[in-house]
Amino acid sequence: METLLQQIINGLVVGSVYALIALGYTMVYGILGLINFAHGDILMVGALVALQVISFLQEHFPTMSPVLMLLIGLVVAALACMILGYVIERTAYRRLRNAPRLAPLITAIGVSFLLQTLAMIIWGRNYHNFPQLISTAPLQPVEGVFITPVQIIILISSALLMGGLILLVNKTRLGRAMRATAENHKVASLMGVDTNRIISTTFIIGSGLAAVAGVMFSSNYGVAHYAMGFTPGIKAFTAAVLGGIGNLGGAMLGGVVLGLVESIGAGYLGTATDLCNLPHWLQWASLTQTCSNGGSFELLSSNYQDIFAFVILGIVLIFRPTGLLGERVSDRA
Amino acid sequence: MNKTLIAFGVFACCAGMAQAQEAVVKIGHVGPLTGNIAHMGKDNENGARLAIEEYNAKGVTIGGKKVKLELVGEDDAADPKTGNIVAQRLVDAGVKGVVGHLNSGTTIPASRIYNQAGIPMISPSSTNVTLTQQGFPYIFRTMANDAQQGSVIGKFAATKLGKKVAIIDDRTSYGQGLADEIDKGVKGNGGQVTSREFTNNQATDFMAILTKIKSQNPDVIVYSGMDAQGGPMLKQIKQLGIKAKFVTGDGGCTPEFIRLAGDAANETTYCTQAGLPVSQLADKTFKARFVKRFGVDIQNYAPYSYDAAAALIEAMKAAGSSEPAKYLPALKKIHFKGVTGDVAFDDKGDTKYGAITVYGYKAGAWEPIKP
Repeated sequence: METLLQQIINGLVVGSVYALIALGYTMVYGILGLINFAHGDILMVGALVALQVISFLQEHFPTMSPVLMLLIGLVVAALACMILGYVIERTAYRRLRNAPRLAPLITAIGVSFLLQTLAMIIWGRNYHNFPQLISTAPLQPVEGVFITPVQIIILISSALLMGGLILLVNKTRLGRAMRATAENHKVASLMGVDTNRIISTTFIIGSGLAAVAGVMFSSNYGVAHYAMGFTPGIKAFTAAVLGGIGNLGGAMLGGVVLGLVESIGAGYLGTATDLCNLPHWLQWASLTQTCSNGGSFELLSSNYQDIFAFVILGIVLIFRPTGLLGERVSDRA
Repeated sequence: MNKTLIAFGVFACCAGMAQAQEAVVKIGHVGPLTGNIAHMGKDNENGARLAIEEYNAKGVTIGGKKVKLELVGEDDAADPKTGNIVAQRLVDAGVKGVVGHLNSGTTIPASRIYNQAGIPMISPSSTNVTLTQQGFPYIFRTMANDAQQGSVIGKFAATKLGKKVAIIDDRTSYGQGLADEIDKGVKGNGGQVTSREFTNNQATDFMAILTKIKSQNPDVIVYSGMDAQGGPMLKQIKQLGIKAKFVTGDGGCTPEFIRLAGDAANETTYCTQAGLPVSQLADKTFKARFVKRFGVDIQNYAPYSYDAAAALIEAMKAAGSSEPAKYLPALKKIHFKGVTGDVAFDDKGDTKYGAITVYGYKAGAWEPIKP
């Protein structure tokens, strides 16, 4: 039971980081129909900028409170990524807005390589120790189940950010303009919406969220690295598709579901497919021998944890091609 | 004007004659001299260079003729493609033997080229088992291989740290190969493998597999992979309140691991490394000679590189020829005291006296302990 609870906590923490990143993918897709593959690398830039700022503060203002340091690092990182997101949209994507869909997609992959290589030149190839300014000493809310203060903060702050974003999109003038642009660029601009500005704003918000996710990721694991954006980027993209790409609620649900599926999959896939659980009369001789003395013969082990997540994605897409919460969108003009 | 020209001509003629009297035997060295692990490549080259310089200083006679040994250094940048190119370049340059390469990933493909050309190659640091299992008669190594290391880890974990062992590997050919040997080592010494878990060499989150491991309550967790994953993994082990001891192979036996693990590393953290620590080398003056010659400290494998070069030269002396085909039988039977201790090869080309050292964490550094 503790193990299951622990796996759920693990899954929620990873899932809420995925969800934050997935929001950036889904917002851009919703408005432009573009899959911004450079999004994962913006997360990496966020983490490394925060690392740089925090190291600077630690060196020059050693008496500053750690939480304040982290906040300053976070704000600077978010600002840097917002500018970066704006610049990428302005220089790499805007000119291709009316090009065939493949062109901006390839450009996005190119931007991703560019960011990684630049980061490698600036910050080097080594893994950096990310200062863990919030305690990682585990707390035990229930006997045998552990959660660290960092993880609690990740859960709360990502929930707040996601809630804030939903409010922004559904309740404000800016949000209304964003929804209008998503529905139809041309008509929205005829209605007096400055669509270029709205698209820039979307990139800026998405990049800011990615920076926050990057700082959370690094604070939790204590490492930062120039290629760290790739895996969470791919996972978050999967989460966005799982939830229904283009749908904000879907990205959040997809992130959390993916996190849970991965963690429960890695935890139980092996035990569930352990052939030693077969009734005795079904076991062959060499298997019984392997199983004796507490051995196990796992058909699918944690070796398959990533495959498992993608199998779930495949199954969902077969039965709901638009994802869990995706709606049928009318074709863009 | 004319006089100087004549003088120059005389000088050139005599230098040429001196060379003609003293035959030159070229020995190649390959390692990464650029890139991430350039410092380790240079260290290996320095080891081989010191051996050659010391033999030259003593004077080498092969088959009754005085010869001068010469080191031809090449850079493979730890890249298999480059490794093959420079291997071919050494073959074309007419080297009589090769010390190298450093990484298993470059050594294994290059070994085919040396073997086909019939040039003996001795790697001072490639530990992947495959290298000497290809059936290549010209391929040797002076370093203990992963199978030997894995069985030492397995035995150490099962007999010194506790009966129940969980093994995690990163599914690279290194990590997987080593983990299989650890598995055998644990079982062969009365231990029990509670589970084999897997991750990859890009991962940062290990919470799910660690939670599963925790539910089986092992005494020891062994990680077979690199420091970049091992360090953060140890942190997460502590975050989950797991009390098990931690052991990692040579991929994690680095200062980098300690840096990444931070506070999580403690007196129950261990690692293993093929080879002897510098303080336990058979030749006690080696370190001083090395530092005096190059002005830098020994990184890792320089002593093994020294012995690899020495083995080639000793075999040439014993056979009375520097022709590879002629001295190969002598190399197979060679037995001498090198700087690391006894040097001899088994019928596959693996070292017979490969040492594995177990290190324990102590005050921010790895310290060799008696296993």
